[in-house]
Amino acid sequence: MKKKWILFLGLIPFVFLLSSCGLKQSGQSITAVGSSALQPLVEAAGDRYTEDHAGEFINVQGGGSGTGLSQIQAGSVEIGNSDLYAEQKSGIDPTGLVDHKVAVVGVTPVVNKDIPIKNLSTDELAQIFSGDITNWKQLGGPDQKIVVINRAQGSGTRDTFERWVMKGRSTVQAQEQDSTGMVRQIVASTPGAISYMAFPYVDDTIKTIKVDNVAPKDKNVKTNKWKIWSYEHMYTNGKPTGLTARFMDYILSDKIQDEIVASMGYIPVKDMKVSRNLAGKVETIK
Amino acid sequence: MNNDEIRANLLKRSRASRNERFGKLISGACITIIIAVVVSIFYFVASKGLATFFEDKVNLWKFLTGTIWNPSAKDAQGNPQVGALPMIVGSFSVTFLAAIIATPFAIGAAVFMTEISPRLGKKVLQPVIELLVGIPSVVYGFIGLSVVVPFVRHTFGGSGFGILSGTFVLFVMILPTVTSMTVDALKSVPRAYREASLALGATRWQTIYKVVLRASTSGIITAVVFGMSRAFGEALAVQMVIGNAMLLPQNLISPASTLTSVLTMGMGNSVMGSLSNNALWSLALLLLIMPLIFNILIRWIGKKGAMR
Amino acid sequence: MTPRKWDKIATFVLYMISIFIIFVLAFLLLYILISGLPNVSWHFITSKSSSFQAGGGIGVQLFNSVYLLVLAMIISVPLSLGAGIWLSEYAPKNWITSLIRNAIEILSSLPSVVVGLFGFLVFSINMKFGFSILSGALALTVFNLPLLTRKVEDSLQAIHYTQREAGYALGLSRWETVIHVVVPAALPGIITGMILGMGRIFGEAAALIYTAGQSSPSLDFSNWNPLYIASPLNPMRSAETLAVHIWKINSEGIIPDATQVSAASSAVLVLFVLLLNFLARYVGNRLYARLTGVKERN
Repeated sequence: MKKKWILFLGLIPFVFLLSSCGLKQSGQSITAVGSSALQPLVEAAGDRYTEDHAGEFINVQGGGSGTGLSQIQAGSVEIGNSDLYAEQKSGIDPTGLVDHKVAVVGVTPVVNKDIPIKNLSTDELAQIFSGDITNWKQLGGPDQKIVVINRAQGSGTRDTFERWVMKGRSTVQAQEQDSTGMVRQIVASTPGAISYMAFPYVDDTIKTIKVDNVAPKDKNVKTNKWKIWSYEHMYTNGKPTGLTARFMDYILSDKIQDEIVASMGYIPVKDMKVSRNLAGKVETIK
Repeated sequence: MNNDEIRANLLKRSRASRNERFGKLISGACITIIIAVVVSIFYFVASKGLATFFEDKVNLWKFLTGTIWNPSAKDAQGNPQVGALPMIVGSFSVTFLAAIIATPFAIGAAVFMTEISPRLGKKVLQPVIELLVGIPSVVYGFIGLSVVVPFVRHTFGGSGFGILSGTFVLFVMILPTVTSMTVDALKSVPRAYREASLALGATRWQTIYKVVLRASTSGIITAVVFGMSRAFGEALAVQMVIGNAMLLPQNLISPASTLTSVLTMGMGNSVMGSLSNNALWSLALLLLIMPLIFNILIRWIGKKGAMR
Repeated sequence: MTPRKWDKIATFVLYMISIFIIFVLAFLLLYILISGLPNVSWHFITSKSSSFQAGGGIGVQLFNSVYLLVLAMIISVPLSLGAGIWLSEYAPKNWITSLIRNAIEILSSLPSVVVGLFGFLVFSINMKFGFSILSGALALTVFNLPLLTRKVEDSLQAIHYTQREAGYALGLSRWETVIHVVVPAALPGIITGMILGMGRIFGEAAALIYTAGQSSPSLDFSNWNPLYIASPLNPMRSAETLAVHIWKINSEGIIPDATQVSAASSAVLVLFVLLLNFLARYVGNRLYARLTGVKERN
């Protein structure tokens, strides 16, 4: 009796494996993978899409821009989300990938609330992150060691920050965190801490800083007065077709751009007064 | 019954023997599956991890002793900067420190559970320990971040992030594993040993110290090594409290990094097949090999030191 | 110092150590519960999570966690039982066996992120399971097997050889002895191992991020046909578990009440593990009594 019982238990996994190989799903679905910063946005849009179109599902996963770009290139998913241009990522061959810019996001330096400093120049900021300035005293603040908190290598936010602030200077070896949530928590609790993060994540536990007397506001990003910003990209392998195309149209529609993109703190692409290409060249949109 | 039938009956496999073959087959199949999994993971990690050395031509020695980790950039000579020493040192420091603190506590608790008060041990300590295992490492990480880090900052100075905080968190995390395995080791000491010792007039502590612990030395060592392997491989919780600075640790309270923390942080951000990604797999390979090495090492020490 | 005094001191120290461990757990538990429970409500436990507004719940995540746990245990328990029996009862004593043992031990210390990526490349991509509960369950199996196998082997080893000899003397084959005598006697140890494994699975995040995924399709709880894409039972759908949810809202979540949601989720998670513990312990005791005829396990 017991023997049969054990045999049965042993068989379950195999039966299960076999049967699920043959499973054919009813309903239609596509998968979007990549940037964890973009994930909540695409997820919300996907949910809304399913509500409007019964039986069509958007499967949204994170995993990082690197994963998104490698998987879209390998063709194992329909959409690859990325904080960076595919051209900027080493190891990616951008030919064949079609870029859809779905939103714009600004990045702002943030400090612990105890630091009274309100404004820094780009150069001062660069000196802090390259390790040349190590005490807030040197900037007219209190006698407090600067604790630099960086993002993980290859993160989109770090890339944006380094591109528009560091401008080729190398950053000091410092603490690195791989998520905005952690950075926010650490900056909020560590005296003298400085880091940077995307606008939507800023809350009242930390303090933002003006750069060159420009406040980190959406309206300044739209005109490129605030220079530290980037596009959020959704890549497809070749021109999108079928459900992918319908979903891309949907996410770029005014309804989603106004209702979801804007209310999450991102800037809808259509609101931008300027455009900026891969090389960093800025053009006014007429 | 004629002779042929008896002959046939004798030569036929008995029910028990068929049964036995069946059992052997089933359990053999299970272990084969596990071996297949183990081999494929080893193959998988090794093939990716070795690509750094064979395809990207990174010098193994430089990889192990270099102190600058910046795989996306190249140094003046055009060699990739993949020096894993800071992470190796960081990993070993937290692992050994956590094991050193956890061992006496684990042995103490295990002795309490098996020798002093098995009743309380079973009713209170065992559930407590099983529950400690069930707390997810993410939660350990957040408690570490909101309790341990400020505590270290106020008591020892610095930013609070560093090896010391990592040690404290890991200590709590490996304690249950080491304890429950030590309990198993102590339980496997035959009752007769204790009775013989007590009969000779030894006190309970003398019996524990001179007989039980000695007799279970190798089991305890296994438990500690196992705990160390767990500490070595723990990622999320350590990553939250150690600070993740790829610098050679100067002291216990400055930010450092471990192999796992760098691995977890970098994986999603690098592209499959690029050098940055391969270098991370090399770290994973190190993670596989290191426990193997101190496993062998400590087994060897255990053999030398065991009471004959 | 007389031995008697030493004995007293040692006993005292051992008591202190045990109290300290209990204290640590009590602190952790209280910390998690006090910061989390005030935010837990029936609405929170049953409603759908939100991606950017406040007031989301964890209903789907909780269901996913339990479903994934069940699937992973269904796959890994028989496998580890069989493998543990082989290692303990059938394995020849030679270097190959010790190599296997060592390899399993090493595997159990593998960081879960590596297991996750392995699962991603093998199950999700090569075997085309995609981001699915099935990939997640298989990855969890890989992650959990070594520990369970080891625990089973240890528990079986701890059974005295006289029990086996008694079995043989009754004319049972080795397999029958193992199944009818050794395994029932070792059941408490095995159950403990399973509980530990379940706790680990329940709290595991890193191995699931790339396999079971970080989001679920909008589930239709009225459709239980496992073949329908939005059915809760479909093993080929993606599923975000509770632990992954905690990790996600803390890393890149932009919901305004992230701290409360994560504290409350942690509290629910820990309560669930607690519940699992008691349940498994109760079932284990009943099973043990049933199979061996012994009333109280020791």
